[in-house]
Amino acid sequence: MHQLFEQRASATTRIILLSIASIVLMTVDHRWHYLDRVRASLNVVIAPIRYVVSFPIATAEWLSYTLSNQQQLLEENRRLKENNFVLNVRLQRFDELQQENLRLRSLIEPAQRFPERTLLAGVMDVEMDPYLRRIVLNKGSHQGVSVGMPVLDALGVIGKTISVDVLSSVVMLVTDVDHMLPVQIKRTGHHTVTAGNGKESLNVLYLPVTTDVVVGDELVTSGIGGVFPAGYAVGVITKIQRDTGKPFAIIEAKPTALLNRSRDVLLLLPPKS
Amino acid sequence: MTHSPQHSWAIIATFGLSLMLVVMPLPSWALAWRPEWTTLVLIYWCMALPHRVGVASGWGVGLIQDVLTGTLLGQQALSLALSAYMTLQIHRRLRIYPIYQQMLIIFFIVVISELPNLWVRGLQGHPPQNIEFIYSSVSSLILWPWIFTGLRMWRRALQIS
Repeated sequence: MHQLFEQRASATTRIILLSIASIVLMTVDHRWHYLDRVRASLNVVIAPIRYVVSFPIATAEWLSYTLSNQQQLLEENRRLKENNFVLNVRLQRFDELQQENLRLRSLIEPAQRFPERTLLAGVMDVEMDPYLRRIVLNKGSHQGVSVGMPVLDALGVIGKTISVDVLSSVVMLVTDVDHMLPVQIKRTGHHTVTAGNGKESLNVLYLPVTTDVVVGDELVTSGIGGVFPAGYAVGVITKIQRDTGKPFAIIEAKPTALLNRSRDVLLLLPPKS
Repeated sequence: MTHSPQHSWAIIATFGLSLMLVVMPLPSWALAWRPEWTTLVLIYWCMALPHRVGVASGWGVGLIQDVLTGTLLGQQALSLALSAYMTLQIHRRLRIYPIYQQMLIIFFIVVISELPNLWVRGLQGHPPQNIEFIYSSVSSLILWPWIFTGLRMWRRALQIS
């Protein structure tokens, strides 16, 4: 019985010490960023877990691609060629506009804007905590990803990278409650900020009730804050509630990017200086 | 009973597998129903081998789960350390209970160990909006007989003690 008593006492001591350790860790992790290095070193343990989990799904995709018949491939190829053609035609105009823009800009400000460098990354089939809006990408610091890079898909802004290890990185989606994004209403030019609501949409903050804004207005990044370059699509306003007793209108927007369904995303690398 | 500190890999392997199940993609309707895999595996080992797996092992596994799922460092660690502690306190009784009574106890352990998790989420600004947070405890309870039988077969086959 003596031994039993000792064992219990030590378990109780441990749970008390470890609970205190947990609370201290959580506070430090939430308030400051000292623990990023601890996370990065634990990533060595979790990277194999992530790769093993996403392996069968990646293999299934590869198999279905390899085994799809020639007819399907030809059809897809034709469709992609058409799409590529259309995009190239559009791009001609865009290139010209960009050149003109650069020319005009160089007249007013000496610091030239460089064209953005990008990196294509795949979304890994692993899940994060369901209460947080996060995705994991299969590119890491080895491929040049760093913390705070904008992530986009073909339709708009997805989020930004918040932690990076050697071969993967974690992206905070714009719908996460901690993700603030400086935006501009495309139609009127009003500057404001969006914050995720933790589910599927964005809250548009700090617009006075008298602001000219209607359902269907498009939001684009404003470039303020320095993380996201200006002009990328963010969302479309879906709900406006004006309560005259309150200073700001309650506005919701739906993100244009396919946040949870994109298979491939684009990372914007900082321009080489 | 020969004490063999070997076969630690066999215990670690079960935790590794449970961590994989934690990040396995699920259809969105099933997300809330994902059982607390790591908690279940931890409860089994604390019950079967309390001298080898305990509060500190639970805390360590929880820390890895924190990094894996992106929660605050220490959040799941606290939950798992708590469930290990509760199991250690009652492991002798738990061993002789019939399976349905075990299931009931497991349900309560999982629910209680989830509470600090919910508080932390509340403090971070996303408190639980509905009763959904209990679904994972229900699915854990339903899965317990299989986990228990499976891990016992694994332990006996390898004669881990």
